[in-house]
This record gives sequence, C-alpha cells and structure tokens, in this order.
Amino acid sequence: MSEEIVIGLEVHIQLMTKSKIFCQCSTDYIGKKPNTNVCPVCLGLPGSLPVLNKKVLEFAIRTALALNCKINRASIFHRKNYFYPDLPKAYQISQYDSPLGVNGYMEIFIPESDEKRKIGITRVHIEEDAGKLIHEGDIATSSYSLVDYNRCGIPLAEIVTEPELRSPEEARIFLIKLRNLVQHLEVCDGNMEEGSLRCDANVSVRDIQTGNLGTKTEIKNMNSFRAVKKALQFEVDRQKELLAEGVKIVQETRHWDESKNITLSMRSKEEAHDYRYFPEPDLLPLRVSQEMIEEVRKTLPELPEVRKERFIKIYNIPEYDAEILTSSKALGDYYEKAASLYPDKKVVSNWIMGELMRFLKEEKIEIEDSPISPENLIEMLKLMDERIISGKMAKDIFETMFKTGKGARQIIKESGVTQITDENELIKIVDKIIKENPKSVEDFNQGKEKAINYLVGQVMRSTKGRAKPDFVFEAIKQRMKKIR
Amino acid sequence: MTLHKLSAHDVIDLFKKKKVTAYEIIQDIYDRIDKVDGLVKAFLILNREDAFKQAKEIDIKFKNGEEPLPLAGIAVAIKDIIATKKIETTCGSKILKGFRPPYNATVIDKLREAGAIIIGKTNMDEFAMGSSTENSAFGPTKNPWDLERVPGGSSGGSAAAVAADEAFIALGTDTGGSVRQPASFCGVVGLKPTYGRVSRYGLIAYASSLDQIGPITKDVVDCALTMNIIAGHDNKDSTSADLEVPDYLSSCQEGIENIKIGVPKEYFVKGIDIEVKDAINKALRVFEELGAKIEEVSLPHTEYSLPTYYLIATAEASSNLARYDGVQYGYRVEDCKDLSSMYERTRSEGFGKEVKRRIMLGTYALSSGYYDAYYLKAQKVRTLIREDFSKAFNKYDILVTPTSPTPAFKLNEKIADPLTMYLSDIYTIPVNLAGIPAISLNCGYNKNNLPIGLQIIGKPFKEETILRVAYNFEQNCEIEKRRPEISSIKDKENAE
Repeated sequence: MSEEIVIGLEVHIQLMTKSKIFCQCSTDYIGKKPNTNVCPVCLGLPGSLPVLNKKVLEFAIRTALALNCKINRASIFHRKNYFYPDLPKAYQISQYDSPLGVNGYMEIFIPESDEKRKIGITRVHIEEDAGKLIHEGDIATSSYSLVDYNRCGIPLAEIVTEPELRSPEEARIFLIKLRNLVQHLEVCDGNMEEGSLRCDANVSVRDIQTGNLGTKTEIKNMNSFRAVKKALQFEVDRQKELLAEGVKIVQETRHWDESKNITLSMRSKEEAHDYRYFPEPDLLPLRVSQEMIEEVRKTLPELPEVRKERFIKIYNIPEYDAEILTSSKALGDYYEKAASLYPDKKVVSNWIMGELMRFLKEEKIEIEDSPISPENLIEMLKLMDERIISGKMAKDIFETMFKTGKGARQIIKESGVTQITDENELIKIVDKIIKENPKSVEDFNQGKEKAINYLVGQVMRSTKGRAKPDFVFEAIKQRMKKIR
Repeated sequence: MTLHKLSAHDVIDLFKKKKVTAYEIIQDIYDRIDKVDGLVKAFLILNREDAFKQAKEIDIKFKNGEEPLPLAGIAVAIKDIIATKKIETTCGSKILKGFRPPYNATVIDKLREAGAIIIGKTNMDEFAMGSSTENSAFGPTKNPWDLERVPGGSSGGSAAAVAADEAFIALGTDTGGSVRQPASFCGVVGLKPTYGRVSRYGLIAYASSLDQIGPITKDVVDCALTMNIIAGHDNKDSTSADLEVPDYLSSCQEGIENIKIGVPKEYFVKGIDIEVKDAINKALRVFEELGAKIEEVSLPHTEYSLPTYYLIATAEASSNLARYDGVQYGYRVEDCKDLSSMYERTRSEGFGKEVKRRIMLGTYALSSGYYDAYYLKAQKVRTLIREDFSKAFNKYDILVTPTSPTPAFKLNEKIADPLTMYLSDIYTIPVNLAGIPAISLNCGYNKNNLPIGLQIIGKPFKEETILRVAYNFEQNCEIEKRRPEISSIKDKENAE
C-alpha cells in the first residue's frame, strides 16, 4: 500500500514576561534554589486565587497574530484536572473549547521538493507551566522524589498545528521556523534544551488509496530539533512496519528515549486521563477588545519574512544568503551589526555564513554567544583590506579569534605575525621556489597558466601565509615570462 | 463585668469613652469562652497570646492619642476555612491538621487593620460541606439554645460562638446557606453578601462560584459595621467586584415605607414547619405596619435549586479539593509503596464521609460523557434560577422567606440521611445560585424556645437595602429579646 505520513505538532513556548502568569513571582527561575521562586498563588496553597498577568495576554496575542490567527474576542480559562506531584493545585489553568487564537497558518519552505507549504495553526492558547520532579537516581528505581515548584506558573502559549506536516523533516523545518518567529517576536527565547520551547507530536500513517486516516500516537520528550526528526522518523517507520505486518496501531502516548533512539509506550488510550475540563470559576472570561488587538498589532516587530526581503533589497545580497541570515533573530542581528560597519555587505555575509557558522556549529555555540563579535570580525576584514594580513593569514587569525575571543589586531601584535612587506625579501623567496619546482616552470612554458597558482601557493606556504599573494603572483608571472 | 453580653457597637462606644480597655474586653471574652466553650465547642483553636498582645498595642495607641479604630478591641471569631497567618487553619478536616498558612486572607488583614482582634478559629462542617457542623473531623458544636441540638452549618461554630457570647462578631462562609442557616438556628444575624462583594482571597474554596464570606453578629448594626470593613474590591480576587461600597451603617437609618416585598409562594409548600410559617407571617405583618407593600411572587424554578446546587458545587469541589494529595502540606499516609497508593490512602483517610461523597458526585458530573447531561445542564438551570430572581426584582425591592424550613434539629437526627439534611438549605441555596445577597435574622421562637430565622433577599450589590429592612424589622418587631441559657445536659437531667 502507498502511505502518506500525517504529523501534527503541539508546541509549548514559555512566554518571557517579567512575572508569572497568575502571581507576581519572577519568571527567572532557571538555576534558582528549589522552591525559592514561589508564593501562595503559584504553590496553589488553599485559599489563594489566580489573577491574570496582562502582559501574558499581550504576548500571546502577539504570537497568535504573527501566526495569522483570528483572535477570539471572548475566551475562557478552563481547569484541566489531573493528579501529579508537580501540579500543586492538581489542575492546570488552561484554555479548552474557546482558545485565544484560532485558524492561523505559517508558511514553510521545503528545500527537498523546492516548494512552499502553508501549515494550518489550529489554535493558540494560554496556560500555566507546572513544577519539576527531581528523582533520586533513576526514575524507575528511585526510592524518593523531590518537587521543585519554581517553574509553577511560568506562562505558556500552546500552539497546535493542523495534521498537515508530511514528513519528519517538514516537522523539523516547521519547528525551526516557529522558533525563529517567536524569537523575533521577543515572546520566547526558544531554547529547547532548557525547555522554554517544547514540542509534542501526533503521528499517523494514511492509506492513500482509501484515504483512511491511521490510528495516531502522541510522541513526547523530544528535546532538540534533531530529536524531533529522529523520533518522528522512528515512529513513522515503526508504524509502517506494523501496518505492513498487518498489526493494528494502538492509540497511545509514547516517550522518545534519546539514549536508545526509540519511542516507548507511556500509556494507552484506556489509561489516558479524563481531564474533566470545566470553566475556571476563579477567573472571569477573558475579553479582548478590538483596540487591544490593534494596539498589539502595532507593536509587532519585523517578522523574518519581511526582514529577509529587506536584506535582499538594502544589502543587495542573494536570496539564499538572506534566507540563512534571517533564519534566527540573533544571526540577523549579528549580520546587521557587522554590515553596518563594512561597505561590502556580501563579504560580511560570506564570512558569517562560511567560517563563523562552521566554527559555531563545530563547537556547538549559539550565535548569541559567539566569541567573535561583529566589531572584531569587521576589524579583521579591514586589516585584510589594508593588506596587513593576507586572506590565508586571516583564516588562521580567525581561528585564534574564535578560540581566544581576542581581536585580530591584538593577535597580530602578540604573535608578531604580519605580512612581509619587504619586496626584495619576497623576490628572494620567489626565486628559490621557482628553482625548486622545475616541473611547474615546464608546465607553464607549455601553456599551463595555472601552474603559477601552484607556485604562489608554495610561496605562501613557505612564508606561513605572510606574503602578499597578489604581489607574489605578479612577481612569479614576470620571472616566468623572463625564463620563457 | 459582663462585656461579652453586649453588642460590638455598644462595646466600641464604651471603649471610645475610655470606660473599658481592649485588654479588658479580650479578658472578658476569654473568661466567657473558658466558662462555656467546654459545652458549646464552638472553637477549634484559640489565639490567646496573640490576641492579648494585640489588645495591649491597641490600648497603648489609644492612650497615646491615636484615633480609635472602627473595631478597636472587638473580639472576632473566624471560621476555620479562612486563612490566618501562622494560625492553624484546618477547614474542620483531618487532611489539613497542622496546616498553618503563610498568609492572611484579605478579610483578616482588613479586620486587623480596623482594630479587630482574632480570638480563635471556629468549628465547621468539613470543608463547609454540611448543615449541622456534625461533619467536623473534630467533633460537633452544640447549639447554645439547646445543647442536644445542632447549631446548623456549616458555619455552626461561628454562629454558636456569637449566640453564646463567646465573640461579638464572627465570620462565616456561605456556599448554600452556611452563614444564614446556622444564624437562624442560633438566633443571631447572618449575612451572605452578593457574590463578588467580599474578597474570597484566603477563603479556602469549596465551590468557587458560590462561596462568599459573611458576618455573623448579634444585631443588624454590628452586621453593617462589619460589612463596612470587609466589603470591597480586592486586586487579589479577580471575581471581586470593582464597585463603590456604600456606608451600610447610615443606610440602616432610613425607613421602609413603600418598599415592595415579594413573598415567593414556592417557599411555603410541603416540608415547612408550621411554627416557622407562622413566625414569617407575623413578620410580614410587621413590615406591612411599617408601610411596606407585600405581594406573592412566583420563582418557578425553585424546585430545581437543590439538584442544580449539588451538581455545580460538587463539581467545583472535586477540583478544588484535589490539591489535598499529601504532597505539599497537611496529612500524608506514611509507608506508601508508590505514588498512587499515597494519593489513594491519604485522601481516603484524610477526608470524612460527606466530603468523599461530594468529591465522587462532582467527579462523576464532570466526567467525559456525563458533563453535558449534568454539569452543563446544571449551569443552564442555574441561569433560569437567576432569571427567576431578576424577573421578581423588576417588581419588588426585596423578597422575604424563611431561612430554613425548621428550627434547629437534634444531633444525629439527620446525619445518616444526607437527602433530608440537604433539605434544610432549600431556602438558602437559590440565593447562592443567583449570586445575590440575603440576610437571616431572628423573627421569633418556637414552643421549645428555639429561634426561627427570617430571610431577606436583595438585588445584586444592594446589601444596604436588606440591611435597612432588617434593621427596621429588628427595631419594630417587638419580639422579646431572649438569650440562650447554656446548661449542660447533666444540669438539665438534674433539673428534671
């Protein structure tokens, strides 16, 4: 049978408001001593009551608008009831049948098929985060667990897509794009490892002939973009294999085990919670005025698509460059800072997309934490223009800059590595190299102009890159012509 | 001195005239408690040390020439469902034994700022679920008028404390009649404010959309006095109304000529005690003499109030009480093999019978597949009940009914039969469902010398109207002012 993969995502983003969703505690909880970033409200102490932080509403509206959602003028908070020690009230205040935003979409580009796809956004709603359990040793064998409530009440926006993603790679692309969007909106820092952006997925396989949807499974615990792709691929393969063997898929929640690279069953549909949703009586229905929506719309920052077009237009760089440079807010900011300091915008783009991104990727460093600042990058480019360093030297210096965080000028000063500007000295070296490479001279004489390049390379090598390449090139050319 | 017999406003007058000190007031109250509370059992915990400390501070400030606070030195008893900082707050439940909140309810802060002194926490039906205070995990409170009878509930401890002169003012909470019914059983005044009039912050939730804190006092003036302190918007309670609060004391002073009173006919059918009915009819004649116009009115959906209440209240309770899981505070069973057995055993052992009954009922009503038929349907009926009242209020200023179909019943008389017990709130529950204010005050006694309560129901946020009507009644009803003679059962037997 020919099948189609059907994936829908549920993404939770922690909103970067200053205080929590229903109390005045700080949202700056990471790294704090357990249970110090709490109050009676977020601890759910008896008698405490929630009061909605208006900033949370604003951030959520901003997110929903950027995802082209319709904002419901009246929406309701519901209680989602279930028992777990990290949930101090034993219910989560969330939204259910009347969420804040509905019927949106986000466009993604799939390089494999070179097509643009519109992925529907079913809903965007507001809810509170839970605390964290810390198990003694391993979860299965631990004799006790501790609860840290510091995260309780961190505001979340839940973004649910239509089941319109057709491959694990599409899911990954969607998620990266979504992260980029919320970063641009400055509503979420998008850090998957720290859990400020979390993703669950519903996966099923559809029989194309009959059009029948397969039974879906829900995949949880995917903590990176890579994990999302790997986990979904595993799950798709698992389902396809089962179907091929004629085994029925069980509707269940499955957990991605990163160390074993498999998904494992957590609970089946029969064991699934009945959350007993009902309207939260402690909060009034949420009313959003048209004025408020327009007010928020006005404050929407430049979104990645628009930024990309602007880069192409004002920096005159290719679409490919602009696409990559606007793929994260921080990268775009880096480029803009650097480009503002240097006349040739394409050179800046080349260095960032080439050397800088290669080093960052190798060292697993985010652009925000780049040891080379835009100012330092431009300083190095200017040293090249002034012919104080060669292109070859620049690459070495760049590496040192990356490793030490120092500026190019300082590195040169400390190592004494500068270009050999004494032309007599250079000519001596050129002569020596020509003498040592009769084969190249012969090639040149037989019309192979490229042989010069080899000789230039040899000079550069013997001077450890300190020679001026164009001077060397000209010098060799003249000598060779003389010989010929 | 017999200060404890006086009303709060009389004691405040004496204090302002420097005839008594706050310390003397508190001393007298604790002497009274020591004398009678062994029989009445209104209190679960006393706040003696802190109360005397506060009294001394108030006296010093007053001596130093500071203006006297509106409730300076007034001993106030608090239902044990209202959070008091560092003072154990149990909701009458084993599951919260030992729980000391790290914060005060908004009403507690307001009372203390007004100079009131919290003397202790009063007994109640566990989590306010009950009509007799027999559902307390710490034993029942007795009715000061007859120690073999219940004080009503769930704020039975608060009503009994005021009736027995163990406090001038008490706070209760009213979800389905829990302030008014015990007030009527104990012959005192009890007000349930409009939903949203008094902050619920720190009121430990039973049914969030119905719960309100209300005063229980010796007379209507004290009720108005207390409302002046506790009413008003609170930033910490999203459901509290951001409306101006009138001066309830001055509104009491006006007359009630031409006021239009509706008497709902559905409240005088089967189940009503004949002596209660007579007492209400007598009261209506008093209103007539004062110039009020009285007519019969129909509230056609009255009969659905009880089932509607027992779906909505229990549904909310099932969620509100889910947090008592043994994890963070309160009771926890030791030696559990896993998490689910910790939850199961803690909650099985920590909650009493009635609480478990209501949690199960509410959980069922919210379950998938039943939600529409029960919870949602109940919400729709609630709207109809609310509309009954708003239609009646198009024509009438207030409605007058009995507070409860019977006077105080005997201990153990109804505890085994929940449905019969539930019926004792049949006249008070519709008011909570509609979210409107109502007051209960004494309108006479039956042949066994048990008080009978009159309920005056008002328009939303028109507490001043029902207080004014109640005050006019109180001043003109010519009902003999009796006081309970608190005697032990043993004394009674000896007398016979």
